[in-house]
Formats: sequence, structure tokens, C-alpha cells
Amino acid sequence: MKKLNDLEYLKLNKSQRMTYNLGLFFCAIPGWFVHLFRVIEKGIKNCGIAIADEFSEIGRTFKQGNKAVKLSFFLFGVGNLFYGQTMRGLLFLLFELIFIAYMVIPSGGFHWLAKGNWFQVGATVGTEQGRFEYNEFYDTDVWVTGDDSVKVMLYGLLTILFIIAFVYTWRLQVKQCTICMDITSKGKKVKSGKDDLRSLLDDQFHKTMLALPLTGILFFTVLPIIYMVLVAFTSYDAAHDGYSNLFSWVGLEHFNELFNFGKGGLGLAFGEILSWTLMWSLFATFSNYFLGMFVAIMINKKGIQLKKFWRTVLVMTIAIPQFVSLLYVSKLFDSAGIIGKLISQIPAVAEYLNVNHYISLWDSPVVARVLVVVINIWIGIPYIMLMATGILMNIPQDLYESSRIDGANTFQQYTKITLPYMLFVTGPYLLTSFVGNLNNFNVIYLLSGGNPLNTEIGVAGGASVGHTDLLITWLFKMTLGSAESKYYMASLIGILIFVVVAVLSLIVYNVIPSTKNEEDYK
Amino acid sequence: MKKNNDNQIRKTSMGARASQRLGNTVVYVILAIVTVVWLFPFFGILLESFRVETRMQVSYLWPQQYGFDNYIRLFTETDFLIWFRNTGIMGVATAFFQTFFILSMSYTLSRLRFKGRKTLMNLMLILGMFPGFLTMILIYKVFADAGLTLNMAPVGLVIVYCASSGMGYYVSKGFFDTIPTTLDEAARVDGATRWDVFRKVIMPLSKPIIIYTILMGFMAPWGDFMLASYIIHENSQGMNVAVGMYEWLSKTNLNTHYTMFCAAGVVVAIPVTTVFLCLQKYYVEGVTGGAVKG
Repeated sequence: MKKLNDLEYLKLNKSQRMTYNLGLFFCAIPGWFVHLFRVIEKGIKNCGIAIADEFSEIGRTFKQGNKAVKLSFFLFGVGNLFYGQTMRGLLFLLFELIFIAYMVIPSGGFHWLAKGNWFQVGATVGTEQGRFEYNEFYDTDVWVTGDDSVKVMLYGLLTILFIIAFVYTWRLQVKQCTICMDITSKGKKVKSGKDDLRSLLDDQFHKTMLALPLTGILFFTVLPIIYMVLVAFTSYDAAHDGYSNLFSWVGLEHFNELFNFGKGGLGLAFGEILSWTLMWSLFATFSNYFLGMFVAIMINKKGIQLKKFWRTVLVMTIAIPQFVSLLYVSKLFDSAGIIGKLISQIPAVAEYLNVNHYISLWDSPVVARVLVVVINIWIGIPYIMLMATGILMNIPQDLYESSRIDGANTFQQYTKITLPYMLFVTGPYLLTSFVGNLNNFNVIYLLSGGNPLNTEIGVAGGASVGHTDLLITWLFKMTLGSAESKYYMASLIGILIFVVVAVLSLIVYNVIPSTKNEEDYK
Repeated sequence: MKKNNDNQIRKTSMGARASQRLGNTVVYVILAIVTVVWLFPFFGILLESFRVETRMQVSYLWPQQYGFDNYIRLFTETDFLIWFRNTGIMGVATAFFQTFFILSMSYTLSRLRFKGRKTLMNLMLILGMFPGFLTMILIYKVFADAGLTLNMAPVGLVIVYCASSGMGYYVSKGFFDTIPTTLDEAARVDGATRWDVFRKVIMPLSKPIIIYTILMGFMAPWGDFMLASYIIHENSQGMNVAVGMYEWLSKTNLNTHYTMFCAAGVVVAIPVTTVFLCLQKYYVEGVTGGAVKG
């Protein structure tokens, strides 16, 4: 596509400009992919170089180092002890001893790693199947506990994590030892344990601050997520729960399910639910955004009294726990509920429900979808209203004054001043709230529970599929621990949700400039 | 010529005033409708909680007989008080630990510069894209072994709420970003350590965001259904209000428990709403600050 210069661009009329911009956008897409691949290629290359550097560096250290350095290659912390850093040295040594002890004790690291049969397709996770066996003493079959695949995999993962930590620590203390050697050869003094402790409140303050939060994230987010990704390659479900029945590695088998577009097929269900999820997110985000802004503008209009009262009324929906308000509202629209009954008495609606044999409004796919979007407006407007209020106050008032003198009416002021300003300031929010709505569990699950059921798909991935189900509620149903739970499907869908969200966010963070220059705000 | 112009301006401004008055009336009407729509469910739940003639759902608003039966039943026949106590304790504990985690995380990422800071932030952004509750399958298994799912479920849940709460640092980081760095530098020149800067310079300025974080932490267990339903689905003694009350609206219980649900809803809403409305100012600051900065 030919790129126009400024003069040529200005000559175009509005619709031509729009087509031109759209064309530019789509022409840029292949470029993005090329760029992406280049970035990946560069990343891999840099990574390789870094690793090679690291190894040559280690070799050089060993060759040029003195005895202390050489010894620290095998015994952690010896170098630190040699140079008088008693505290660090002892800690390193202790770490090494614990590691070795953990690895070699009977049910320690090696034991768990060996039991896992890692990634051998067809092999079970864990080696000993629990079973009923005849017991002479009780004269009946008793349960002999075997391995628990879940535990085998978990401890295996923890062991791998521990090994990584071990290698990292090994490298760290060797490095520290070399630094100590350099410092003493220059005739300076190395840091003492006291200095170390003091620096934790100063130079190294970030380590003190991050230690606990990052540990929490490591064990309660990172580790479980790695675990769940691994589950996608196993046959972990309610029948193979690991305890009564070991589950096994199946490789990429489940990924084939994704291309099953028949009834109950994962591909069909995923496509259907994803399209509704995107549609829902679009409606939910924009309806809330524009209506919320509208309400905010009304409340902030000059001459309107009781501003605080109106605001508090709206904020009530934020203040009251959603499960109370949403569950109650969902019952209000039920066949026996006040509003549901009222709407059902409208002749056209009554006719529609009758013809399709629906009992309540929630039984109709179309009506249910409309209802969740509408009720979500009730939930969502207050947030936008609060946000917009803050921003509206920041719009320079003289803009309105001068535009009024120029003869602009309220509507023109809105489209030419308020809206552009708001869009400019809240652009990032709009897009992140779109992504947030993709995973809006509460509104859907508490209102409709994903129902009415989609009879054309039925059950897919171990959970029933409904017309208002989002990916996240479908996933929730899959993992509830019922007899049909298929955890491997859940983890597969989890990975897919990640891909969808990641792609959307990538686009968002590339388009929005304000996320890039973080330092500008200061 | 000039006079003419003046006249015109006066005329338009008079016209504007008239149209403004008309506009305001329209706005008042719309706001009144909005108020009715927004308050109707709350009004409804309050009325239905006092209805005694039937425990089922009905399609009229005003009860035919008023009474405290539902409330009495709620406190004497069910475990509601236990759930309420559980949730309250969880709220306070979550508020405390979550604030600690989030503040140390966001302060560090906002005001300290260290190697790997950008990588860390990108990593957490990517982690946040995974549907978080998938981790619950594993966490439930581990907690079940550790005995944190039955009577002790509230402890388990507080751990779940708090352990990874550091990932929700965005809003408070936005706040810390707006405090001028010159303050830190001045203190550092005077010989303060980074710990001193945190404790004596920044924290006293951060009251709004601290209150906001505490408020969010306190509210979380009251509204959480998803995570709680993983951890506690067997033992009534360890439930929070959301999981406990959800059962009352199931098809089998609806006809006997509906009005009691309304009563329980009112009881739950009162403390949470009171706390929230009292601290509304800080909440608004948090929301606006976070949104504008993206």
C-alpha cells in the first residue's frame, strides 16, 4: 500500500481517511509477525551466547582461581569462609548439606524423580498402583496404598526446582569467591556479615521487601501453573485420580481433541464458547463504558444538586457483596420472581416463551444472553462513573466556555471535547477491562450459571456447555471435582485461555503508548 | 456594531439558561429513574427478609405479614453465625497480610531500581494471564493433606488469598509512582537508608493507598465464591457466607430457604456496606488513580 505524505493525507475526505488508516493497519500485520519472529530469533541467539559466555567464564575462574576458589567449586562457601565472610560461608555450606541429604535419603529427591517416568508416553506417573490384596489377618481384601501420581508429580517438580536453586547457588558462591579474591588482591577489605545485614535495609532493600511476596507467588502461582500445564500431557481425570488409579503420560493426544468438531467435540464447544465470550466482553465493556460515562456527566452537570447522594446510590452495588446482589437479582428475573413475572406477562414475551416451551426468561438462550449483559450494566456502571467523575473534573473548563461561545450545543461539546478527552485518558483502562471481562466469572456464574444448556453440543470436556457459559465458567465446571471431571481438559482449556488473553494483551500493550514510558509520570 | 454583538450574546446566554433549566429537569428525571433501578433490588431483599407468610419466592413486593421469623431462624437453626464469624476473621486476616504483601511489592517495583525489575514485572504480567483458579486443583489436594480444608478451611483460604496477592500491585504502584522522587533523594542525602525512606518518608504520605488496600483485602472474603467453593464444599463449620448461602438457592432448597437467604443477605450487607461507605473516599481515589494510569 502506498504511503501518503501529510499533504496528500489532508486532502482526503473523512471516509477516505478511514479506509486509508484501516488499510495501513492491516498492511502492518504481516510486519508484526516478522518482527515477532525476529525478536524470538534474537532472544534465542542472545541466550545461547550468554550460556556459552557463562561456561567459558566458569572455566577461566577455575583455572585462574586460587585454592579457595577451586575448593569452592565442590564445597559451598569455602571461599567465603577463607576470606572471612563467616555468615555467608556457613549459610552456603548448610544449603549444600541440606540439598545432598534431601537428594539421597530413601524417599528424597532421586526417589521422586525416578518414580515420575517423566514424559515417557504411556508410562504411569508413579510406579506402584494401589490395590486390594488378600490379608490373612483380617481374612478379607484390604487396600494396599501405592503411589499417588499427584504427589509424585508435585514432589518431582519441587525437586527440579530445588536442583535449579542448587545450581544457581553454586554459581553464585563461586562468583562471590572470585570477587573476594579480586578485592583482597587490591588490598581492600571484603564485606563482613554485619555489612551484609545492614545492606539488606539499604542497598539490597529490594531483596528484603520482595522475599516474602515472591516466595508466595512462587509456591502458590508459578509452581501450580507449571503443574497444571504438565497435567495437559497426562490422563488425570476423576477416574484416574492418581490415588486409586495412577494416571499416565499421554503426550499430545489431548490436543487432537481440539480438532474434534462433532457433537460433544472440544473444538466445537471451544469455538462456540469463545465466540460468545468475545461477544460478551465487547458488549459488557462498551455498554458499561458509555452508559457509565453518560451517568457521570449527568451527575457532574452544572446546577445538579445532591451530587453526593446520586453517587452513593450507585456505589451501593460495589459495596454490597456481589454474590448477594447477583443471586438475588437472578431470582428476581426468574419465573416466580417479581420482574420475571412482570415481563412474562407482556403478550409478545408470553407468546415467545409459550411457543418455545420456556418456563422462565433464563431458559431462552437469546433472552438469557441479553439479560446477563443488561444486569452487568447495573453492576458495572458505578465503577466507570467513579472513574469518569475524576477525569471529568480534570477537563479544562475554558474548553467548554469557548466552545459555547462558538455556538456548540451540549451534544457537540460531548462528542468533540468530553469523549475524545475521556478516550485518550482511559484508553488503557478500556482495553484492560475488555480482557478482564473475558474472565468475568461472578456475573455469569451467579446470574445464569452458564445456562440454558446448549443441546447441540451437550457435554464437552467433562462439563455441560451452556449458552451463556464463558470459557472461565466452563473451566470452573470442569474442575468441580464431580465424577466427570477431566482435569487434563481443564488444563488444556486453561492454556488456550492463556493464549487468547496473551494475544489480546500483546495487541493492547503494543497499541497503547502510555504503558511504555512508565518513567514519564514522575 | 458592538452593542448588537452584546445583545446577541445576552440573548444566547438567556436562551442557554432556559435550555439549561430544561436540561436539568431531564437529568433529574433520569437520575431518579436510575436511583429507583439501582436501589430496587436492595429494597426488595430488605422487604422480603421480613416476609413471614411464606418461605417461597413470590411475585409481589410488599409482604402480607411482617416479622422477624427469618432472622430468628437464621441465627438459631443454621450455621450462619459460624459462617459469618469465619468470613469476618478471614476479612481481617486477609486485610492485614494482603496489605503487607501488596505494599512491599508495589513500593519496591515503583521506587527502587534493581537488576531484573522489568523482567519481574513482565513475568507477573504473563502469569496473570493464566486463569488463576486452575491452581486450585493442586492447592486443594495439598491443603486436603495438610488438613486445611475442613474445620480449618478459613486458614487455608486466607493463605490462598494472600500468598500470591503480590501480583495485584498495579493500583498501589500507580500511587507510589506519583510521589516525587526528589523526596527520596533529599532524605538519602541527609543520610537516611532506603528502609528509613520507606518508613519515615513514603509511608506517612501513603495513607490513602494503605486504607484502599486494607479495604479491598477486607472485602475480598465477603464476596468470594469461586476460590472458596474449591476449598470448602464438605464441611459446614468451615464455610464462608458465600459458599454457605449459595446452597440455599439451589433447586431443592429454594422453596424453604428463599426468605432466609434474603435475611442473611441483609445481615451480610450491613457490615460490609457500612465499612465501604465510610471509606468510600479512599476507594474512589484508588479506582481513579489506577484507571487513569492504566
